Amino acid sequence: MGLTLIEKILLKHSLSGKLEDFIYAKVDFCFGNDITAPLAVKEFKKAGFKSIFNKSKIGFICDHFTPARDLKAANNVKLLKEFAKEYKIKHFYDIDKCGVEHVFLPESGLVKPMDLVIGADSHTCTYGALGAASFGVGSTDLAAAIATGKCWFKVPETIKFVYSGKFTTWVGGKDLMLYTIGKIGVDGALYKVMEFSGPAIRSLSMDDRFSMCNMAIEAGGKGGVIEPDEKTLDYVRAANPKLKNIKIVKSDPDAKYSRVINIDVSKLTPQVACPHLPSNVKSVDKLSKIKVDQVVIGSCTNGRISDLAISAKILKGKKIKKGLRAIVIPATPKIYQEAEKKKYLEIFHNAGFIVSPPTCGPCLGGHTGVLDKGEVAIATTNRNFIGRMGDPGSFVYLSSPAVAAASAITGRITNPTGVVRDDY
Amino acid sequence: MIIKGKSHKLGSNINTDDIIAAKYLDSYDQVFLGSKFMENIDPDFIKRIKKGDVVVAGKNFGCGSSREHAPWAIKGCGISLVIAESFARIFYRNAINVGLPILICKQANQIKADDILEIDLDKGIIKDLTLNKEFTSEAFPAFMQEIIKVGGLIKWLKKKPACRQAGRKNE
Repeated sequence: MGLTLIEKILLKHSLSGKLEDFIYAKVDFCFGNDITAPLAVKEFKKAGFKSIFNKSKIGFICDHFTPARDLKAANNVKLLKEFAKEYKIKHFYDIDKCGVEHVFLPESGLVKPMDLVIGADSHTCTYGALGAASFGVGSTDLAAAIATGKCWFKVPETIKFVYSGKFTTWVGGKDLMLYTIGKIGVDGALYKVMEFSGPAIRSLSMDDRFSMCNMAIEAGGKGGVIEPDEKTLDYVRAANPKLKNIKIVKSDPDAKYSRVINIDVSKLTPQVACPHLPSNVKSVDKLSKIKVDQVVIGSCTNGRISDLAISAKILKGKKIKKGLRAIVIPATPKIYQEAEKKKYLEIFHNAGFIVSPPTCGPCLGGHTGVLDKGEVAIATTNRNFIGRMGDPGSFVYLSSPAVAAASAITGRITNPTGVVRDDY
Repeated sequence: MIIKGKSHKLGSNINTDDIIAAKYLDSYDQVFLGSKFMENIDPDFIKRIKKGDVVVAGKNFGCGSSREHAPWAIKGCGISLVIAESFARIFYRNAINVGLPILICKQANQIKADDILEIDLDKGIIKDLTLNKEFTSEAFPAFMQEIIKVGGLIKWLKKKPACRQAGRKNE
């Protein structure tokens, strides 16, 4: 019996050299952010650990409540900075050069195919797009990994998704992922890995692949993963030109899957997840009466350069609906600069958007765009739970950047075909 | 270990934003976090909880973020055990790692609000004294029982052989 891609990576890292139900494995990289890592540091100290496993394989990425929204947030960043200094941890990043962790880490070449990565953040599953095994864990797991470089794992089953057909205009990875979550539900992939495959996946950009793997957790998945191809290798080489002999791994043809789900993408329309679950998914055209107070384009799901590019394409020469709040958050300083260079930021400014510094910000109701009671937002983020973006009485709709940009123009949830020509 | 307490019912897909809203995540004070448990859904929920009580939920309890503040908040408000039909993955490992008792029970939906429960944690047997019914829970895999028995991941690491120990200083 063959093995899946994830099983192969776990086997390679298993300390017993075997693939049992539970394995104890060494990790290639572990990290946390400004809300999970301080708790890990606290646990590390409480446990009486005196040393770290490897100063180059631990990351602290301050992105959730940064630039520090208040004194407590500032305290937490400082705590991480001091710990990093004390233990000579190389990858401590404040706002000067990081941005949203799950965009920053692949962009800076800190994750590569075949790596086993744990992060104290549920969206760590994002790096499956590189053909890595990357799983979200808690702060105690991170504390233990900082000290030992090891973590326990249940070897997961995998569901294989085979996507065929060609995407129509304005439909991409986010729509496909929302559709998939809608189909299997928020616990449809509980404890399992979602392997995305098929010709439609091959046609997607790396940015869209990240966005799909990112939301595997929204279906309860332990991870999302895509077999690497030339696009993956190009991305990894560009991110870290020093990397030589990048090894990749693919699933065996006779690998065992718990389920195989076939989906044809050719009739797929832009998809929107309605309040208050990411699985409450409808076609955009069914929601054209929903008025919005705020539009958010950004996050670890959709704050990448191609997300800003498609939004700018729709917004070029247009104005947002009067009275609407529209926020665009380039996910990292590098993306911010590229968007500036390509004149996307100018388009956003002219349309009436405000450009935020890189941060998770409003996605989790942290700051820079929190909703009041009764307010409605359409956002390119990943969760729309009750109170996720602010008041428990607010409403969040999740969409692609294209739908969010089109909705900013009309002030209602809008199919981009309604505001721009398809051949635009 | 025997736990006795009143049942507090929650539905399915209770997510970590429900358990503890993100705005409070800059705190690590268990009691403070506990005082905000389920605030977004029902601000009065916490007022009904007495030390030792039990949360009984549906499927996929703890879905969403990796925040360990969620099991800490539950411990912090005095809840002694969470019984659910299923748990979301990261919450499940966090609960085990921080020593919050959890049980998976497919018949959890039969337990009613305010029922008095008596639970034998070692055997995984849930007695509903109000309904006079007994439910069994799924046994934890042997590997996890080891961690649960010693009271969490850190204690497990400390007890164990060299392979689990810390690396060299600043390797």
